[in-house]
Amino acid sequence: MILAVAFALGTAIVPFVARTIVGQAGRGAAPAPTPAPAARGAAPAAPVQAAPAYRAPRTKDNKPDFNGIWQAVNTANWDVEAHSAAMGAVWQLGAEFSIPPGLGVVEGGPIPYKPEALQKKKDNFANRVKLDPEVKCYLPGTPRSMYMPYPFQLIQGTEYITMVFEYAGALRTVYMTHKDGPADSWMGWSNGKWDGESLVIDTKDFNGMAWLDRAGNFTSDSLHVVERLTAKDKDHLNYEVTIEDPKLYTRPWKMSMPLYRVLEKNAQVLEYKCIEFAEDAVYGDLRKVPLK
Amino acid sequence: MNHRLATALGVAALAIVLTAIFLAPTVTAGQVKEGVNAVTIAAPKTNAKPWVLKKTPDGQPDLQGYWTNNSIIPLQRPNGVTKEFYTQEEFLAKAKQQGTQDDQQTTPGTTGDVHYDFTQFGLDKSQTVITANLRTGMITDPPTGKLPPITAEATKRAADIAAEKRTQGATYDKVQNIVIGSRCIYQGAGPPMLPPGYNPAYQIVQGPGVVMILIEAGHEVRTIRTDGSPHPPESVRQWLGDSRGHWEGNTLVVETTNFNDRVNFQGASQNLKVTERFTRTDEQTIKYEFTVVDPATWATPWSAELPFTQMDGPIFEHACHEGNYGIRNTLAAVRLEDKKAAEAAASGIPLPAPAAPAAGGRGAGAGGARGGAAGGARGGAGGRGGGAPAGAPAEGQ
Repeated sequence: MILAVAFALGTAIVPFVARTIVGQAGRGAAPAPTPAPAARGAAPAAPVQAAPAYRAPRTKDNKPDFNGIWQAVNTANWDVEAHSAAMGAVWQLGAEFSIPPGLGVVEGGPIPYKPEALQKKKDNFANRVKLDPEVKCYLPGTPRSMYMPYPFQLIQGTEYITMVFEYAGALRTVYMTHKDGPADSWMGWSNGKWDGESLVIDTKDFNGMAWLDRAGNFTSDSLHVVERLTAKDKDHLNYEVTIEDPKLYTRPWKMSMPLYRVLEKNAQVLEYKCIEFAEDAVYGDLRKVPLK
Repeated sequence: MNHRLATALGVAALAIVLTAIFLAPTVTAGQVKEGVNAVTIAAPKTNAKPWVLKKTPDGQPDLQGYWTNNSIIPLQRPNGVTKEFYTQEEFLAKAKQQGTQDDQQTTPGTTGDVHYDFTQFGLDKSQTVITANLRTGMITDPPTGKLPPITAEATKRAADIAAEKRTQGATYDKVQNIVIGSRCIYQGAGPPMLPPGYNPAYQIVQGPGVVMILIEAGHEVRTIRTDGSPHPPESVRQWLGDSRGHWEGNTLVVETTNFNDRVNFQGASQNLKVTERFTRTDEQTIKYEFTVVDPATWATPWSAELPFTQMDGPIFEHACHEGNYGIRNTLAAVRLEDKKAAEAAASGIPLPAPAAPAAGGRGAGAGGARGGAAGGARGGAGGRGGGAPAGAPAEGQ
């Protein structure tokens, strides 16, 4: 009897409530088209024209083809904001694990933290060796996974787009048929849609435990991420991401950067199961014989 | 999940739904009920139109969707069973037995119940659709249904691993001594892909030249290239090996090598080669066959077969390591016992012998999929919970 009920309902749960992200997907994220620099030698008075938008190669189902292995080449994972080179947190590791400098990927000024959240960010940085989820090999969250110094593979199915990250074997499924997330998670729940040349991904349902970088920039469970991926040419994607998190920031803010196609011969996303490398960082205090 | 919805509706029943994946002898639809368990055999969907294999936009046979290989059938044919297939009645009896066993794993008010309520946290087989398979065991070759005998070299290898382990101290002296599955490093994802102890859920996504298989247990991902590219150099070793595939008609054939020397699948060496064949035989079914070759372990190759059946999605994020309170709590408890014992020794008053931590992976099980609250939400929804890898394959088995 019970089963019969379950069965009848089982067939009824199929139509998931579609999310209403379509109208808001580009909120705050739509960049003004960059004017093309005037060609060298062109008449100075010539009006600046927007470069013709690049049209990406198409998949067999006529979507922009973003299949492939991609990686950011910047220092956003050390600090998404502009920063100078600095010594690392562990003196024994010297220059090998110090902080490389970077111009930052945040647009429009500093991250608009609320005062108490800014204090938390500073505390995070001071205690980063103990607190940064990356030290523990925890899942990286979104968008940090997109610009960590590891490649990821994008696999474009028809209903789903999967991103397989080398770091920690993390993974995102982008639902192109829009479904509601069943529970909070590290990586969030991603619904996507095509907007012309762009893949727009709306991600919510975060558990609020992920950081944005090693500098202590962080997120809460009110995080809402809208990403826009647009091919710049066949080997570059323009990656723009709008971060909205009303518990922490006074307004939505944006990061942008190129993602580069990994072109090495036979490139592949390899296995980087880092849990083993982090176990003494996580549980070393509970060894019978303490670590030296 | 049908039963997930039922639970959400407050129906306090544990339901095992068996979908018909019938090889050789066929099973007709039926229902078995006993106590709070209900076991239903669903008839294969008989559509008016004959089933046609769909193709992906770039022409590959379409294997995409959510799948499970949840099974009550063991790898090796049980001792005393001499036939290849059960009858429908025998199979139903086994299914009913499994349902009862799952229901009786914990008794309210007992220590076991306090530690884990298996039916709440998704640790039993009845949390997911069970593939119905009339085989008495998965192994199809040798015809005995048993693994071939292992070589002397493999026996020595197992002894060496065990000896090395003994030099590392007791299980709870340090996290590194606990089994790999409990530490969320590797929970037997394969290949070959045998049903894990829990979370036997898979998602397949296909892109041009690639088949991706997401394995829910431990969020493992297999990215199988079908573009003719070669395996990486031998020095690259991975828990899931390196998989390359090609299509033979409508069958995806995948060859995996480059395993590390710790996978130890059924005692195999790192030079294990696994060849899998995925054939979608109807809308709800993938016929999954595999052959294992490792002359350093078995003188002859061996083969097995089990079905994957369609299930409802989605796949959950199994953040096993992130929610692994079990390891920390167990190690902390053992250190506390060490301290008490040292204090007692110093004071000269003997302590009663402490209770040994629960055996195997169970004592050091990982916490919920999302740690704390969200994991609870999932358990409450009756989903395939992200709980402890109690049934995860032990290291060095």
